[in-house]
Amino acid sequence: MSSQPISVFQFNELIVSEVFRYYGRRTALRNVTLTLRSGELVGLVGPNGAGKSTLLGVMATLIQPSKGSVSYGDRSSRQAGASLRANIGFLSHDLQLYSDLTARENLEFFAGLYGLDRPEWHAENALDHAGLADRADDLVQGFSRGMRQRLALERVLLHKPRLILLDEPFTGLDEVAGTRLIARLRELKNEDCIVLLATHDLEIVDGLLDRTVMLHSGEIVELEKTMHGSLREQYQRTLQLISKV
Amino acid sequence: MNSFLRVAWLVMRKDLRVESRSWEMMSTTLFFAVSCVLVFSFAFVREGRAIEGAAAGILWIAVAFSGTLSLGPTFERERYHDALRGLLLAPVERAAVFVGKLFGVLLLMSIVEVVVAVLVALLFQAPIIQYFWWISALLILGNLGFASVGTLFAAMLARTRSRAVLLPILLYPITMPALIAGVMGTVAVIQIEPNFELARFWLALLLFFDAIFLTLALWTFEPVMTE
Repeated sequence: MSSQPISVFQFNELIVSEVFRYYGRRTALRNVTLTLRSGELVGLVGPNGAGKSTLLGVMATLIQPSKGSVSYGDRSSRQAGASLRANIGFLSHDLQLYSDLTARENLEFFAGLYGLDRPEWHAENALDHAGLADRADDLVQGFSRGMRQRLALERVLLHKPRLILLDEPFTGLDEVAGTRLIARLRELKNEDCIVLLATHDLEIVDGLLDRTVMLHSGEIVELEKTMHGSLREQYQRTLQLISKV
Repeated sequence: MNSFLRVAWLVMRKDLRVESRSWEMMSTTLFFAVSCVLVFSFAFVREGRAIEGAAAGILWIAVAFSGTLSLGPTFERERYHDALRGLLLAPVERAAVFVGKLFGVLLLMSIVEVVVAVLVALLFQAPIIQYFWWISALLILGNLGFASVGTLFAAMLARTRSRAVLLPILLYPITMPALIAGVMGTVAVIQIEPNFELARFWLALLLFFDAIFLTLALWTFEPVMTE
């Protein structure tokens, strides 16, 4: 079936400005202000329940902020509409795959939704990148967590998005797959993508990230850098300081 | 192909492919609908004769109840592994996703209804085959109205805990006019002296309900799916 190309809205920066998000009485995000630029690889860290997934959801246009604004270049998500979503790739913790479809069917379905020419070719290419070419026609329900993670990552990158939001991308990956993912993230950075990854695997991403943003109870907090040391040490020191306050 | 229709086709094809792997929706719905018709046939058919009007009521009860069974899983499957978010993040008109889902439900309901209609014709000696086009038109229009509202509610409830309870509570009161129009239209066609003028009136009313239901569903799907 022939597909019509989907218009893609181009932007070089993402500006989150004074964003609040409430769920009933609970405040998931509190006055979050943050700018991400092309070619940046930024880490998003924080304890469980800090609001990392909510922030990623807001940036992905899936969650509306209760207050504040998010701009992609010079436009808001409402102004850019579907053409903005054509330039966003979001890997959530739940992977967003259909377990009753094969790996190939999953990729071809999403390639079709993104209006890519020759979805079969894109799917084949993504399967090669994921190292799953030999399991292409197996149902996803039979895959291990690591295999699903690799497949889901390639699904997110199928349409070559400018903004890439990854929630715990290293979950379930073995050492080889983890090293491959790091190389892939460097490639994306060199391709001028905006990459934000929420992670607890601080040892893996230490040295890879351009900068790290920390969220605590929905607020951005400054990472304690006075004490030189690993990212893990800086993170733990910051947590200790917060708990004292 | 128009991009709206292309997306609707992709979503429907994906749903049918998933269904073909398990036959979960189809088997449950068909089994329930056939059981329903069989049970009623024992109650309402005496010495080979059915109570007048019973066939029409039973046909539409089977349609409504089995339809509800097929509506539940259509968005339930999107919840597994949060696939719904992947779908909503795609740069497509969300109304096209709705139409794809709706067509999938309609196709499954139609297959079940063919079986149910044949069973009702046989067990209740109703002239359903004789007035095939009239009954088909009534069922198609009734299905469209019922499934439009049902698909919207199934989407709305996809993220709620008590969706299995809430779906029929919300769905039946709103679709009741369409179901009544379906029953009355069918009675007008299959009664001993068919009244096609009356059947035409009920068909027109069904068409009117469909236009309202479908417009409302297409209009509200996007805001309903945005958190």
